[in-house]
Amino acid sequence: MKKIHVSLTVNGDAVDYLCEPQETLLDALRDHLNLTGAKEGCGTGDCGACSVTVDGRLISSCLMLAAEAGGVAVETVEGMANGAELHPLQRHILDGAALQCGVCTPGILVAAKALLAQNPDPSETEIRYWLAGNLCRCTGYDKIIRAVQSAAAEMRGEA
Amino acid sequence: MRYHVANSLSEAVEMLAAEAGTAKVLAGGTDLLVQMKSGALVPDLLVDIKALEGMRDIVPEGGGYRIGAAVSGAQMGEHAGLRALWPGVVEAAGLIGSTQVQGRATIVGNLCNGSPAADSVPALIAAGAIARVVGPDGTREMRVADIPAGPGRTTLEKADIVDSVFLPARPARAGDAYLRFIPRTEMDIAVASAAVNLTLDAEGAVESALVVLGAVAPTAIMAYDAGTALVGSRLEPSALEQCAAACSAACNPIDDKRGTAAFRRQVVGVMAKRAARIAFERAGESL
Ligand SMILES: Cc1cc2nc3c(=O)[nH]c(=O)nc-3n(C[C@H](O)[C@H](O)[C@H](O)COP(=O)(O)OP(=O)(O)OC[C@H]3O[C@@H](n4cnc5c(N)ncnc54)[C@H](O)[C@@H]3O)c2cc1C
Ligand code: FES
Ligand code: FES
Repeated sequence: MKKIHVSLTVNGDAVDYLCEPQETLLDALRDHLNLTGAKEGCGTGDCGACSVTVDGRLISSCLMLAAEAGGVAVETVEGMANGAELHPLQRHILDGAALQCGVCTPGILVAAKALLAQNPDPSETEIRYWLAGNLCRCTGYDKIIRAVQSAAAEMRGEA
Repeated sequence: MRYHVANSLSEAVEMLAAEAGTAKVLAGGTDLLVQMKSGALVPDLLVDIKALEGMRDIVPEGGGYRIGAAVSGAQMGEHAGLRALWPGVVEAAGLIGSTQVQGRATIVGNLCNGSPAADSVPALIAAGAIARVVGPDGTREMRVADIPAGPGRTTLEKADIVDSVFLPARPARAGDAYLRFIPRTEMDIAVASAAVNLTLDAEGAVESALVVLGAVAPTAIMAYDAGTALVGSRLEPSALEQCAAACSAACNPIDDKRGTAAFRRQVVGVMAKRAARIAFERAGESL
């Protein structure tokens, strides 16, 4: 089978990979680019652990083919911190103990960042609906929601 | 499997027609990739149409809108003009999956996948939406209502590609709405659903009404009598009861893990009544 050559940017860096036609963007990120932040929780679009943005749009990378990513700009959890300085969302998730096993956390971070980019002051209901596709088997969600709220407040300059 | 990015619609149609094995159009992939991973679908060829000119556009046309086949649910929800003209269609499309799924899922994929519970399909049918289909013999217009054929089946041929869906203009005093019943608040498949599209006369009475039901028959179905029951009314309780009874009579549901046939038959009427009230208010009348 002839492999497909794909060039794109990931977290601002120009990268490329060779993929099989049936591989997903999640496979390419993890296996070809060694970016293992995005997780495969389900592989079927149900859990959100594989969340990334593609050209600014939040998607499940398990439901996009690696071959479809030519020319796009992907953002993953690895791009969130600025060097050693964590993104406010990361800091508030940690400080608020809003994670246990952590499998859901990269997806939640990417999804929450995408929410705050378009709505800096979401209500609790808006946060819960936006994150409805990010399943967490450990925390019971409340601490996650609070962490997103407090990070949003800090990013608005209110905290 | 081969993956091909189409350079033109005619090339895509030719490739689909020439493929001896299983060939599929790839839109958002939120049905296709799940089916491929489960092994339910083993395609030999995927033709990606998303990069073709106009596919990602929502364009005003004749007082209505033409929605390209690669437009995502999220994109529809962000379009103020479309939301104002056909709020019921936009809310139905917006119910498809999570935020992540919304970033990719298309209404054309929802339609062509052929699920009886596809959320956007009843709303599209109630709106009188027209699909533009490009096939080996050229381009034709098809009513969306004529495309679903049964679970997982449509009336489209192997090399047919839907290039866009057209939502027509509507009179000033008109409104549409879509509601589904699911056991949770998000992320589930409809147990029963109803789309209602109303136009009102100058006095504020219902002049015409279309009621389309989802997940209660092998395809979405038009409940003609349920619409007729509303005509001439201002959604008085008696008219709504007649409408609900007509929905229950029109449907042909199954028993499954999501709900019994008896439950579906009853709840579909409740969905229709509530959707009718929302459509009525959107048309400018208070209840
Ligand atoms: C987690 C999750 C939740 C979901 N929740 C819902 C839900 O609540 N409600 C619901 O209705 N659906 C739901 N779905 C199903 C799915 O997301 C929708 O049906 C979606 O609209 C499919 O669109 P797509 O663009 O991803 O289609 P694709 O997967 O790309 O294609 C679907 C089918 O349509 C065909 N097709 C696509 N475009 C064309 C075209 N232009 N011409 C001809 N054929 C075409 C494909 O060949 C394929 O057979 C869910 C899916 C997931 C993964
Ligand atoms: S791994 Fe992609 S949504 Fe679960
Ligand atoms: S912390 Fe374990 S799944 Fe969320």
